Amino acid sequence: MATRGKKAVEKVKVLMDKTERIRNIGIIAHIDHGKTTLTDNLLAGAGIISKELAGEQLFTDFYYLEQERGITIFAANVSMVYKYKGEDHLINLIDTPGHVDFGGDVTRALRAVDGAVVVVDAVEGAMPQTETVLRQAMKENVKPVLVINKVDRMINELKVDAHEMQIRLGKIIDKVNKLMQGMKKDKFEEWKLDATKGNVAFGSALYNWAISVPTMRKTGVSFNEVFEYCKQENMKELAVKCPAYEAVLDMVTEHLPNPLESQKYRVPVIWHGDEASEIGQRMARCDRAGDVAFMVTSISVDPHAGEVATGRLFSGSVEKGKELLVSGVYKTNRIQQASIYMGQERVEVSSVPAGNIAALVGLKDAVVGSTLSTVEMTPFESIKHYSEPVVTVAVEAKSTKDLPRLIDVIKKFAKEDPMIRVEINEETGEHLVSGMGELHLEIITHRIEHDEKVPIIASPPIVVFRESVVGKAGPVEGKSPNRHNKFYFEVEPLGAEVVEKIQSEGITVGKDKVLMRDKLMEAGMDKVEAKKVVNIIEGNVLVDMTKGVQYLRETMELIQEGFEDVMLKGPLAKEKCRGVKVKLMDVKLHEDSIHRGPAQVIPAVRSAILAAMLLAEATFLEPVQEVFISIPQNLLGNVTRELQGRRGQISDIKTEGDVVSLQSESPVAEMFGFAGDIRSATEGRALWSTEFAGFKPIPQNLFGEKVMDVRKRKGLKLEMPKASDFVS
Amino acid sequence: MLTFVGLGLFDEKDVTLKGLDAIRDADVVYAEFYTSPLGGKTVGKMENAYGKRIFVLERGDIEENAEEKILKLAKTQKVVLLSGGDAMIATTHVDLRLRAIDRGIETRIIHAPSISSAVAGLCGLQSYKFGKSATVAPPYKGVISEVPYDTIMANKERGLHTLLYLDISMRINDALRLLEAVDGKRNGKVLKKSVIVGIARAGSDKPVVKADYLDALKSYEFGALPHVLVVPGELHFLEKEALVKIACAPASI
Repeated sequence: MATRGKKAVEKVKVLMDKTERIRNIGIIAHIDHGKTTLTDNLLAGAGIISKELAGEQLFTDFYYLEQERGITIFAANVSMVYKYKGEDHLINLIDTPGHVDFGGDVTRALRAVDGAVVVVDAVEGAMPQTETVLRQAMKENVKPVLVINKVDRMINELKVDAHEMQIRLGKIIDKVNKLMQGMKKDKFEEWKLDATKGNVAFGSALYNWAISVPTMRKTGVSFNEVFEYCKQENMKELAVKCPAYEAVLDMVTEHLPNPLESQKYRVPVIWHGDEASEIGQRMARCDRAGDVAFMVTSISVDPHAGEVATGRLFSGSVEKGKELLVSGVYKTNRIQQASIYMGQERVEVSSVPAGNIAALVGLKDAVVGSTLSTVEMTPFESIKHYSEPVVTVAVEAKSTKDLPRLIDVIKKFAKEDPMIRVEINEETGEHLVSGMGELHLEIITHRIEHDEKVPIIASPPIVVFRESVVGKAGPVEGKSPNRHNKFYFEVEPLGAEVVEKIQSEGITVGKDKVLMRDKLMEAGMDKVEAKKVVNIIEGNVLVDMTKGVQYLRETMELIQEGFEDVMLKGPLAKEKCRGVKVKLMDVKLHEDSIHRGPAQVIPAVRSAILAAMLLAEATFLEPVQEVFISIPQNLLGNVTRELQGRRGQISDIKTEGDVVSLQSESPVAEMFGFAGDIRSATEGRALWSTEFAGFKPIPQNLFGEKVMDVRKRKGLKLEMPKASDFVS
Repeated sequence: MLTFVGLGLFDEKDVTLKGLDAIRDADVVYAEFYTSPLGGKTVGKMENAYGKRIFVLERGDIEENAEEKILKLAKTQKVVLLSGGDAMIATTHVDLRLRAIDRGIETRIIHAPSISSAVAGLCGLQSYKFGKSATVAPPYKGVISEVPYDTIMANKERGLHTLLYLDISMRINDALRLLEAVDGKRNGKVLKKSVIVGIARAGSDKPVVKADYLDALKSYEFGALPHVLVVPGELHFLEKEALVKIACAPASI
């Protein structure tokens, strides 16, 4: 194994220079559909792990918690060599987590790759998260191939016959195609999944076999034989005849693009700089001789080397000693090591050329999402994850002497994982750590205590809210402290469609005002207002309705700052706002700029918007999730009881054979502890998953209580705020 | 009773005799130094010279907590508020006066020399020909306010001089660099070709008054604050002569 590994490393080093033979791919799927198991198969095929262990080793689940819990927590990078049609190819693969709590990792991994292997469970079919990850892939212009996994379960558990098996498999392909068609009209025909084209494989990663139309031709093993093998539970032989890695890696090499092909059409989507500029041209050509353009997609901490910035090199070559500009911080960092991946090992190399996934040591100012370059350039588009940190725990060191250590550890985690947010409660000195869900935070607190050995007290999880408005108010006047400037604001709800569009498409106020206006109008915003949007933050907009106010241009920056302040800390309990349309109706300014500086404008704007929101019936929104549960029919009663006790609204119930699938919308706050409760309510027979479903208004009867809960937690006065607190 | 007393240009001796009477007669004496720099005074020197305890107020005390800090007291007692120059040139205070009037408090102003009148004398320009004034403030988040530049241009178009106040801690050299940046952005060479007058420590025994072109003036050492700038418009022949003889302008202007 050691020599095998060494030889493989040498081959990788040679191949990383042959761009047309590189495939950068991600494996993406709904949780438990078998990504990591499939990855094992591919690694075995490439000789990185032993064939006997494939499917059980879960090689890319390096971390002991991953092994213990049987889930993937961190996206893992692996490079391997695969011979296809007589030529070696370099496969840079990223195995991604399936649990929604770690979905941010998937989103970031998709920036680094050009192709995606979408894994779907043959029994469950395309699930909500399949849709989510597929949508993200389409957004990043990442081409998919499909692996339908667990075909043996379909045969042995659902007891379908050979004919019905094929119909069912066809239906899964149709479903995925339908999803793709809705998401990606421009490339759908080209990328459409079709078994006869060879971009779909069928198999069982656990039992190490898979077939596709091209391998059927090669091996002569068709669906009927597969059916018989499975029926007779003789999958060992099948795995010898039709190894899974061969079917999948053949498909990957044949159908997924190399960086030379893909960067042409991916660069315009992920980078909005001038395409005709030199760096733009070089990236489109994947030119290794040009300036460096690198995007960081993950940061990890290596106990020896320190921080490692991993990402995709779109142009130029990276090597030790090169100075790179880090976007956003206006600093340069020197590369101390350039490396590539081999299993869990990072292997230092002298130089990595464009088109590869590389790992750099020495980029201490880089964060996930940074653009690293040798020339000043427009940074890559930021990576937008569809969901956000909505669950918080308060963390406190058990002993005060550990406090500095705790701060360091939390900072380190936050740098590695952009889905962690940290705030400090000024009153109590507690750290409020927010993450994607209960599991995410459980892993974080576990790592603080056990990996970093800092004893802590962590509060039970709580959800974060959003503040919004139900009605209209205004114009409300805000006066500057020196009373020489006045601002008039109106506030009203922005509308769910507009918020949804802003969040899902990441609409910002950029250079292209017309594009922004059109997108906002598509979601139903009034044309005149859409044109005048000057700031968008967290799903709230600021509209400038004024006409020809002198000196406003210089003051607008400050008005926006005041607006952003309020949107990040709303009037009720300093939670973020969502879905608020703030309209600046009129402004009266002092002649001289010294009398309308930041100290005058920002407080005036803040107080007017805060008061206007309270007058417009400010309310709390709470995070909700879709819950999908499959259970045997006889347990339906137990499950509905469990859901209804958690303010769940059942939206869909489907029965197939003995299995009932139901879908429900539940507040995240009520879902804490659900994992344990559903297990005991169903004797562990429920298969379930969740998906973040945004923010919904909180029931009126809970409003006052929840506001006070948050105010108490943040050390704010325990009184419901009134408009008169902010304006007189 | 609320009395606004101007402290004059530079040190504790610039207050008027009337002002001094008001201070000595007051129940409470407040002072603020956020609208203009202390110059040659200190609170200690003033307390010694005037024989009164002086309480210094912050901006927030006057703008946001005036009710609590000043007005309540002024209803029944004699309150004096000291500020640099002439009291009402810092426009903030007019609001305080209006609020006092609304509450039925008697108000009065005791004037003192202000930089806005002193500049004319210091550089020999005629006070009739000054246009709008503006303040050069430090850039906020890298954005330089273009209002001072626009004010200069608008005044110049009509042949008028411009008095530029500088932010409380700003030096002439810094202010010139900010103006130059805007000039460069506008592709204008107007400012480059214009004579500019820098004035430091007006009202002191040794005020510095220096007129020159932008490039030379940028590196001129003006010494301690406070500083102001004047950008002359069209010059009358006597103004020219005065700029050369009083403000050390190059003879070629």
